[in-house]
This record gives sequence, C-alpha cells and structure tokens, in this order.
Amino acid sequence: MTHFLDAGLGLKPQHYDAALACSTAGLWFEVHPENYMVAGGPRLSWLEAIRGNHPVSLHGVALSLAADSEPDAAHLQKLTALARRIEPALISEHLAWSTWRGAYHPDLLPFPRTNEALARIADNISRTQDALQRRIAIENPSHYLKLDGHEWAETEFLQELARRTGCGLLLDVNNVYVSACNMGYSAEDYLDAFPGKPVMEIHLAGHAPDPNLGDALLVDSHDAPVSPEVWALYERLIRRIGARPTLIERDDKLPEFETLLAEREQAAAVLRGTLAEAA
Amino acid sequence: MVTVPAPTTLLAPSTLLAPSTLLARFQDDFALALLATDDAAPSALAALTAQPAFAVYRNTVMKGCIDALQANYPAVNRLVGDEWLRAAAAVYAHDALPGKPMLLDYGADFADFLARFEPAAELPYLTGVARLDRFWSEAHAAASEDALLAAAVTQLASSNFFHARLQPHAATRWAWFAETPIYTIWSRNRSDAVVDGDIEWLSEGALLTRPQDNVQWRALDHAGCAFLDTCAAGGTVADAAQAALEAQAGADLGRLMTTLLEAGAFSRLDLNT
Repeated sequence: MTHFLDAGLGLKPQHYDAALACSTAGLWFEVHPENYMVAGGPRLSWLEAIRGNHPVSLHGVALSLAADSEPDAAHLQKLTALARRIEPALISEHLAWSTWRGAYHPDLLPFPRTNEALARIADNISRTQDALQRRIAIENPSHYLKLDGHEWAETEFLQELARRTGCGLLLDVNNVYVSACNMGYSAEDYLDAFPGKPVMEIHLAGHAPDPNLGDALLVDSHDAPVSPEVWALYERLIRRIGARPTLIERDDKLPEFETLLAEREQAAAVLRGTLAEAA
Repeated sequence: MVTVPAPTTLLAPSTLLAPSTLLARFQDDFALALLATDDAAPSALAALTAQPAFAVYRNTVMKGCIDALQANYPAVNRLVGDEWLRAAAAVYAHDALPGKPMLLDYGADFADFLARFEPAAELPYLTGVARLDRFWSEAHAAASEDALLAAAVTQLASSNFFHARLQPHAATRWAWFAETPIYTIWSRNRSDAVVDGDIEWLSEGALLTRPQDNVQWRALDHAGCAFLDTCAAGGTVADAAQAALEAQAGADLGRLMTTLLEAGAFSRLDLNT
C-alpha cells in the first residue's frame, strides 16, 4: 500500500464495520478526536482497529485556537495522548474559536482578523505543534456574518500563520463556496489567492440553504453530496496546486457507505488524473 | 408541553475577568450574544446580531448541546418523546453549556436537573432513568481493565477470601432505587425493542458492567448494591457480606458472588491489605 493519501472519508460510527472491511487502495479515514478522548472502552478499540487497516486523520473542532487564551492544557494533553496512540497521518484544526472562559460552544465561531488576533493564533498554533511534536493543518472556516474590523484578507492571514509557525493549511473548498455566496465575493478569486504550497489536505462537503433564509444564506451543513459547483472549484484548485489528500465529509443524513465510497472515488479520479498528467 | 422559563439574567461582561484585548472583549460579547435575545445582547455587537445570519451561530450552538443531551439520554428520550426532551434540553443548555468539548460527557447532572424541572414533576421515575442513562455513558467510556475471573476467587481458602478486598471494575456502576422499578422502566426503554407486560411497582436495583467492550446490564437486589457499596468504600469481603445481609436479611451470598463475578463487576482482589 502506498503511503500517499489520496481520497479519504469522514468516519461515522454507523459505518465502522463497512469501513473496517473495506480494502480500497489509498482510502483513509478522518475522525474528530474529541469523540475518542475517553479513558478506554469500545470507541478506542474501534478506532485502533480501523487504524490497523487504514491511515487515520485527526480533525479537531475544539482547540479554540482563535480564542484570546492558550489552548486548554488538559485538552491538549488528551489530544497528544490520542495522537501517540493512533499515530495519525494528519492532524488538523480550525481557524476559529469555540471554548471561551471555560464554556464550550459547539460551533466554529468567527473573529476579526486583526494583527492582535494573528499574534495570538500563531502563538496558540506553535504551542499545539510543540505539544504534538508535529505540524498541524489549519482550516479556513465558513462565513455567515459581515464582520467589521478585519485587518487581513483570510488567504493572507493563513499564509502569514503558515510563515510564522510552519503550520500547514487545510483548504475546505465547500467552505470557500459557502462563504463566497454568503459574503458576496468570487470563490474562484479566493481559491486562486490561497497559498498552494502549505496545503496539506483538502475538504469537500455538501451544503444547504438556510431553512429560514433560503439561498440568501448557505449553511455548511455536511448533510448532502458535494455540489457540482464545489467539484468544479476543486478541479480548478488541483490543476493549480497539484494532488493533495482530499476528504469527503458527511456528518448528517448519512447515506450507505458504498454511496460515500463512490463520491470518494470521484475525488480520487481527479487526483489520479492530475498525477498522470504530471508523470 | 414544556413551559420554558424566562431567560436567566446573563452576566454582564464587566462582571467577568476584565478583558485585556479587543479580541477578548469581542469574545466576551459574542459569547453573551449567543445566549441572549437580540435586545439583551451586548450593544457592541448590534451590527452582528441584527444580521439574520447571527441565528446560524445561535442555532448551531444550541443544536450541538441539545443533540448531545438527546444522544446521552436515550431512555429518557424514548419515555418523553423528542419534542419534550429537546425542550427540556434547551432549558438545561441555556444555563449550562458544556464545560468540555467531549460531548459524551455533557449533561452529567441532567438527572438532578430533571428532579428540579417542574414539567417533570408528574414523571417521578425520570430522574432514576436519567441516572442509568448516565451510568451507561460512564461505563462505556471508562478505563479498560481485565475483569476478575471467578477462578481467582474459588482458588482461595474462605478465610483469606473474607479478609480480602474486591475492587469494582472501572466501568462498573450500580444503584438501588427504593419503591420505584427504575431498572425495568430503563431497560425496556434503552432499546427500540417493544416489551409488553405490566410493571410491578417495587424497589429495584441495577448493575451495569463492561466485561469485554460492550456495556451490559442486569437487575441487582438490595444485598448486591450494599455489597458493592462496601467494596467501593474499601471494606473487606466480610464487611461487604455483613452490609448485604443488613440490607436484605437472608440474602443468598453465594449466588450474589456468582452473579457479580459473571457480570465482570470486579477488576481485582487484594489480599491482606
């Protein structure tokens, strides 16, 4: 089996048995580490069994790197212990905050991209990488609010974080599309400006119109197949930056495992095409 | 139908640690605005909360909490239905966001909340059922260790055994419920299976264990609960046996030991300590 990760799938408990039995070459799985921060028991056994057959990526949602405080020491310690146990192929987090003054808000919350925030987040990323003794990838979030006070464009903010900390980036193409629609800018321009070299991973997912506001507000719902618009953006990106590990995320309205495998194969085909051209 | 009480008074930013940076002030305000109504939200964020999209964040935060409570309390949910559970969970979450991001652990005191929750007053068994749902989560996530085998006990001379201490397994949970058949109500509602038959309104105990990787449960009599209480408090087997007989005169201690060992209730037997 090659060590290159091509296309992977977000792993949900409903699909454990199918995922464990699947022998598709190049397949890897991604999980939220917060669901496996337990002392023992079946969750860790499941994850270790999957890890025995496939590479695994840990995609955190709760380090709260954009909070104006250091990452919670106990949480970081749990993440480090899990990483030591699972030996993941990738570790990633979000350019967002969620835990603040001891309360966890189960969401990825926005903030003004100021110089002050840049310094704090760079410090938090460095602390995390020091604890994990490895490079992590930082994901661009979805945007819903028109927020004043930004001193940096997001692509430049991420590039500067990568420069200061040596971190990689996780480019979520669906988030780019959702944010561009909601904020009224060009997804193509954003993607073309995104620094290609630090990209360690790409996410693809589905979105949905807001139940109340309709198409005026797209929500990064992860409950539908990847849209044709997002596939087109993905192909454009891969043509520019080359093949990168690509994950299909699905968190809600889960279809059969085979349906997700077929969607994952579509991404793998794009990656193979680019690699063939480059050869 | 749940009557949702008026929002509790939220802490004003000035009563929290003084924010030293613009980012900290923004996060104090944003966190307050997530749980407040528009007119009670910090005025510094008026330009944000006035946008319809702000509701996406409010909804996502509340949905995350409510989904977690619904997942962690499945038997309570089956008894009261989705609408009631989610309305009660919203009241709980509004006053108690998760302290940690491991949402399997969220709502540790949801049973106590239900005991105080006025709309639950007509369902006095709900608190006990919630306690067993919580036991399940604790057993599921507890540290892994081997269960003590019956052979380790039967090899011992009885005098040694009575002076030994039995250590409950990290995943073992038990409780005695006086005058309420909590175990029967809970176990019938923990899965989707339809179980008919009248429920006798009697005292009941419950034992949850995880001998391999899966949580198992069975009814446990008063003697068994008292026995485990004493073991957990560090008592010897003799102490535990005495407590069992005091709780339930004439209890069959041999059968009790067989039940507990078969269930994998212990991890260790410590001699002469």
